[in-house]
Amino acid sequence: MVAAARAAECGVRVGIVDDNFRLGGQIWRNASDHARSNDARFDDARSNVSQNNVSQYQNNEAQNTEASRSAGWVRASGATVLCGLRVVHQPEAGVLLAENLDGFCELTYDKLVLATGARERFLPFPSWTLPNVMGAGGLQAMVKSGLPIQGKRVVVAGTGPLLLAVAAYLRKHGAEIPVICEQASWRDLAKFGLALSVWPEKIIQGIQLKRDLAGVPFASNSWPLAAHGQQILESVTISRAGKNQNIPCDYLACGFHLIPNVELPLLLGCGLSNGCVQVDDFQTTTVPFVFCAGEPTSIGGVELALIEGQIAGLAAAGHASEAKALFPKRQKGRRFAQLLDRTFRLRPELRSLPSPETMVCRCEDVPYSCVRQHRSWREAKLHTRCGMGPCQGRVCGPATQFLFNWNPDSVRPPVFPARVETLAAVTGQSQRQHSEVTGGQS
Amino acid sequence: MPDQITVTVNGMPVVVSSGATVAVAMVLAGQACRTSVSGQPRGPLCGMGICFECRVAIGGIPHCRSCQVLCEPGMEVTTEN
Amino acid sequence: MSNAAYDVVIVGAGIVGAACADELARRGLRVAVADADVVGSGATAAGMGHIVVMDDSDAQFALTRFSQQLWQELRPELPDDVEYEQCGTIWVAADDEEMIEVRRKRDYYGERGVPTQVLDAQALYRLEPNLRAGMAGGFLVPEDGVLYPPCAARFLMERAQKQGAKLHLGVPVAQIGRGQVRLADGTEIAAAIIVNAAGARAAELTPGLEIKKRKGHLVITDRYPGFVRHQLVELGYLKSAHSVSGDSVAFNVQPRRTGQILIGSSRQYGAEHKEVDHSVLVRMLQRAQEYMPGLAQMSTVRTWTGFRAATPDKLPLIGPWAGDATSGTAGDATGDKSIFLATGHEGLGITTSLGTARILADQITGTKPEIPVEPYLPSRTAKEYAHA
Repeated sequence: MVAAARAAECGVRVGIVDDNFRLGGQIWRNASDHARSNDARFDDARSNVSQNNVSQYQNNEAQNTEASRSAGWVRASGATVLCGLRVVHQPEAGVLLAENLDGFCELTYDKLVLATGARERFLPFPSWTLPNVMGAGGLQAMVKSGLPIQGKRVVVAGTGPLLLAVAAYLRKHGAEIPVICEQASWRDLAKFGLALSVWPEKIIQGIQLKRDLAGVPFASNSWPLAAHGQQILESVTISRAGKNQNIPCDYLACGFHLIPNVELPLLLGCGLSNGCVQVDDFQTTTVPFVFCAGEPTSIGGVELALIEGQIAGLAAAGHASEAKALFPKRQKGRRFAQLLDRTFRLRPELRSLPSPETMVCRCEDVPYSCVRQHRSWREAKLHTRCGMGPCQGRVCGPATQFLFNWNPDSVRPPVFPARVETLAAVTGQSQRQHSEVTGGQS
Repeated sequence: MPDQITVTVNGMPVVVSSGATVAVAMVLAGQACRTSVSGQPRGPLCGMGICFECRVAIGGIPHCRSCQVLCEPGMEVTTEN
Repeated sequence: MSNAAYDVVIVGAGIVGAACADELARRGLRVAVADADVVGSGATAAGMGHIVVMDDSDAQFALTRFSQQLWQELRPELPDDVEYEQCGTIWVAADDEEMIEVRRKRDYYGERGVPTQVLDAQALYRLEPNLRAGMAGGFLVPEDGVLYPPCAARFLMERAQKQGAKLHLGVPVAQIGRGQVRLADGTEIAAAIIVNAAGARAAELTPGLEIKKRKGHLVITDRYPGFVRHQLVELGYLKSAHSVSGDSVAFNVQPRRTGQILIGSSRQYGAEHKEVDHSVLVRMLQRAQEYMPGLAQMSTVRTWTGFRAATPDKLPLIGPWAGDATSGTAGDATGDKSIFLATGHEGLGITTSLGTARILADQITGTKPEIPVEPYLPSRTAKEYAHA
């Protein structure tokens, strides 16, 4: 959002595209100034297009106000907002093919800012497929979308600062939280806490969180061992202080930190480094005129994303010197990203969680026993169909990468499932020719 | 828009607050969104439209990601096979 | 690494290589297979898995029919993940001119004992209601089927391994020489006979081979069970497969056991990179929508490409390689029979893999082949060019 706002303020024609029906992605869902724009046709625009898909990290009241402010900023700046629209392919340079519930359209651009955010990493464990086992951000999103949580028991597990933010949010809405299970060690968490001292705003957030979570048991060195239930979640067994503990609950909010959404950047040919999109000081990727900001460049949280977004927007609009002014703040933010990385790396015990029957690929129901026989992601995909379902490997890819050290494949269109008629759309130059030949098309 | 909306889930009426997603309606109704390839009941996982576990049929149209669709009065939602 | 001596080393672990490994091992030969990638890769991983009897030529018909029958025999042993379905093919006739072709095929297939059925428009729509209105009819070949090729290749390879075949996967083959295959890491595998079953890459290893890559595109949808029941191919497909140059698309869709629909097909010469070519994809999908408008709203999950190995006369190369394409010698009196070919199958590799394996093994072991092999002998090519 901030990239679009900044760029638009520079006087450039800006469009912002988002799969969700309201601005704000995951965290800032339901920013009060929401809009539903269904402009399906945008053929002649010469614009900066920014795709904001998700940025999963943190959440508290202050953020919500920030969210409303940003959404308002976007509108005031004059940027065109296209919600409920997702980019599926780039059929030719400078032309994006996007789809929504009703149809599809082409978005042409001179400069592109990618802010595709991140998604949660899910790791398989016995019965993790039971209904009411969700991601941590996943359950939060559901509650924000109207799921009543008052009086419900929610076990929060996994790793990363998102767990605390989610637990605080749920509790504020009336949930009972028997425990928060963080797989990181107490020592790493203590170091993290100490390191936060350089970021005063984070200390304040930390104190706030502590208040919000007063009385909620927090266990480090702790992780889920299995979910239990017949048709729906009934309880969770966790490992805690070396012992197993069974906890009846209504929901399990479980996520293991974040994975950058690099699919669209990869489709466009952007280079990666360490699994994240490689960018220079002005947030330019290895592809000319394509910028990237936020979680896809490194998992660093909202503040870093906001800075990078502004730098990208300004740089895309040609305002390099204003962008430069934000470099020092970004530098600080990047150090935080490195700290997150170190603190919340996954422990090897998590590789032994799945049992032979545990589904690794949920789309195609491929169990651990089948996947494990293979020596590479490619081989497993070919022979078991793991990764060939509609999620296109977004869930099982990071899981198998951690479990078996496999490297993912190259990305092919559509970068998100798309209708046949969308992929079959004649775009750009060929469009007018095609209309003449076939007698016109809308 | 009214404060409360009624949709049908597998033939049963479910009341949700305005602005709620179809996924919320499914969870409230205690119904699985879909049955997996090997017959397991499944519900929303990621809550953000990328896992495809929350797919339902809406008005007969299959493969709708319920976490990405807002409830509208009279919607007919069924568990997807 | 050790230099184990084998009777045969097969280069290529796709379905043709796997079928050959299985057949040769079954006959008691010591077999090794080398491939840069995993079993069932290359065109095997990319293709449609359509088992189809085709009548472009008598020789093509003989090999595809022979092979289709072998698949039917093998069927009871195929595991579930091979997803073998005898769904049949319907060649769709869009107009009366194409119905003439349908009747010609009926006579041709009938004379050779292959059961078929001519469908008038009514019958066609009873079987496939989702075809667009206005079709003239079709030609049903009920014994054709579909399967999932990578798992079929794996099944055949595992059978070969149970009979002692050894795999060398993950390292590219650098060179095929007399009596040995050298891998890119320096490993040498010695064998009396080498079989080049490297598909689109065969010509890299056997210089002089007239094999061109023919790129194809495919798209797979989400699950829509019952929308298509047979493999549907437009009769114009034959024109597409026929053309020796130029790019073409044809309507060709397949129901998978999962309920997903596989949409093809396209052919391009001279395309070397494996990226999806958007303009070709567009043409292919538009052609598909023309025949089945209901496809338009379906969710697609993946698109991909693959390279078929195409020969100038559209028949595969199965037999000893004389070593010199211009020598024009019939038979192989002059050459030492140390290098054999099993490649150049274009779009029929899955279908003819079993038949290829049989007649290749026959030639290697000196057994009388079950069908005449002359049309597929590599030594034919010099003669054929003269007539082309």
